[in-house]
Amino acid sequence: MSKRILEAQSISKSFHDPVTIPILKNLTFSIDQGEFVSVTGKSGCGKSTLLYILSTMDTDYEGDLFIDGVSMKNKSEKELARVRNEKIGFVFQFHYLLNEFSVLENVMLPGIKLGRYSRMETEDRAMQKLKILGIHEQALKRPNQLSGGQKQRVAIARALINDPLIVMGDEPTGNLDKKNSEVVFDIFKELTESFNQTLLVVTHDNEFAARTHRIIEMEDGQIISA
Amino acid sequence: MKGALIINIAKALLLARWRQTLVAAIGVMFSITMFITLLGFMTGLNDMLDGLIVNRTPHVRLFRDVKANEQQAIRLFSNDEYHFIQSIRPGMSSQVVDNAPAIIRSLEKDKRVLGVSPKVTAQVFYNVGTIDLTGVINGINVEAEEKLFHFDEYVPMGRALDLKTVPNSIILGKAAAEKMQVEIGENIQVTTSLGERYTLKVVGYFQSGIQDIDKVQSYCSIATTQKLIGKPASYITDINVKLYDILLAPALAKEYHSVYETDAEDIQSANAQFETGSDVRSIISYAVGITLLIVAGFGIYNILNMMIYEKMDSIAILKATGFSGTDVKNIFRTIALSIGLFGGSFGLLFGFLVSKFVDNIPFITPALPTIKTFPVNYNPKYYFIGITFSLITTYLAGLFPSRKASKIDPVIIIRGK
Repeated sequence: MSKRILEAQSISKSFHDPVTIPILKNLTFSIDQGEFVSVTGKSGCGKSTLLYILSTMDTDYEGDLFIDGVSMKNKSEKELARVRNEKIGFVFQFHYLLNEFSVLENVMLPGIKLGRYSRMETEDRAMQKLKILGIHEQALKRPNQLSGGQKQRVAIARALINDPLIVMGDEPTGNLDKKNSEVVFDIFKELTESFNQTLLVVTHDNEFAARTHRIIEMEDGQIISA
Repeated sequence: MKGALIINIAKALLLARWRQTLVAAIGVMFSITMFITLLGFMTGLNDMLDGLIVNRTPHVRLFRDVKANEQQAIRLFSNDEYHFIQSIRPGMSSQVVDNAPAIIRSLEKDKRVLGVSPKVTAQVFYNVGTIDLTGVINGINVEAEEKLFHFDEYVPMGRALDLKTVPNSIILGKAAAEKMQVEIGENIQVTTSLGERYTLKVVGYFQSGIQDIDKVQSYCSIATTQKLIGKPASYITDINVKLYDILLAPALAKEYHSVYETDAEDIQSANAQFETGSDVRSIISYAVGITLLIVAGFGIYNILNMMIYEKMDSIAILKATGFSGTDVKNIFRTIALSIGLFGGSFGLLFGFLVSKFVDNIPFITPALPTIKTFPVNYNPKYYFIGITFSLITTYLAGLFPSRKASKIDPVIIIRGK
């Protein structure tokens, strides 16, 4: 059996303002190494909320979350930042690249922050990631000189720079046209197949979800099929 | 490595908004420039005004005051009872410092003493036709006075050293000379307190810049003055002492009082009001400088706040990819401090240049014969205070915005899109 990467144990979350509304109800599931998982469901079913809890960015929940076998409950803000830096890669609907830096530097930033490799090595690795995604020719351009699809690929490269245990995506194709969505999906597919990369993607695109290994379907804060 | 990364990001954010950054830095620069110029000019002026008094005033003055004997005779006879003594009057003490030559010799050996200048004071009348003007003749050792109290600087016409070489010579107060209408080289008549008349040759004018002094004070050599009042060479009324360290004056005054059994007065208690004046001027300059800096600080605060609103997304993604709140805080602190450092450094430079300019503006007044341009003080202390203040103000200005940036919740920003 392959390694367990992420485990959610009866996670619940409610919004309390102005009245208590439960958003997530007692969710328990786990993700193993190399899985390509998609979370689907209608708008407002809590799938994005779940993702942000799993990503450690949202700490206001009940239940417990284990990443790489370590509980995320009771960790300080600094420690969680370290976990995100080291073990989690993000791809959002919007690319969130810093226009002040070149494409290459954008990819390097989390790597330099982690400090596992020297600057030269990090640069080399960033270049490799860009090559995998086929945009290494744009490395020295500014993000605002790239097209939407290219930007999203740079964002994926940035998510991969520290060889994370899991890459999380919040509607990574939501802002892209059909063709570019296809490209991004193919990249994800290749990542799992060639590099055994674990992926967790939230999407409302059923076509996209259907082609992943496993679909977690949510409704009203509950998992209806996993 | 990590510090370098933070600085790198701070630099990128700064350069992305370089116009705003420039405006903020110019604000700091302007206030530091004003701070340096103002303090340099104010303290230059202070030093000059103090110099008028301090350079002319001995650090410790030994003299014999007219006062009642501290040890009344009856106490020497029996000290056990309480004595009621009324209407005590000063006794027969003369105003001469006892054993002055020996005291001078001993003071000259004292390691803390820069120099000693004895003085004899004599009350006289200047005779102008039928009118007598009151005056004071100070018998001085010209060389010692020049060395210790810059006497020659206050003799705008004539030569101070002539006092020593020309017999029966006098350097007359400028205002007194104008009243008496005498020129250098002419003779004047004085009447001493003993009622005798002497003829003295005017070899120069003395001008302190303080009109009341120039009306009264004149200078002769010690020997001439002693002759005027018919006293021997050991007759000295004041011993003026200049120290290496002016701050030791009060302590040494006490010491000399007990060792030499004379009265001793230190410069601090003799001229307390000048200290007060200088202090008030310094406080005003600091207040203005700091006010300017605070205004610049608010500018920086605004610009950082704006930058944070603009860069909300960048902050969110930095946090999402593993930068902690502290890292974000440090980035904005670095931005604030570098504005302070650059603005402050240029402020120091421009402050120096403006000080130089002020230093070259002509400032000629008959009251201050040695001053040709505005006085400016270039003490590095003010430059140090300036840069320290600029760093502190910018740090404080960056404190709240950077804290706000560190508290940004990436989930709210990212989900808000």
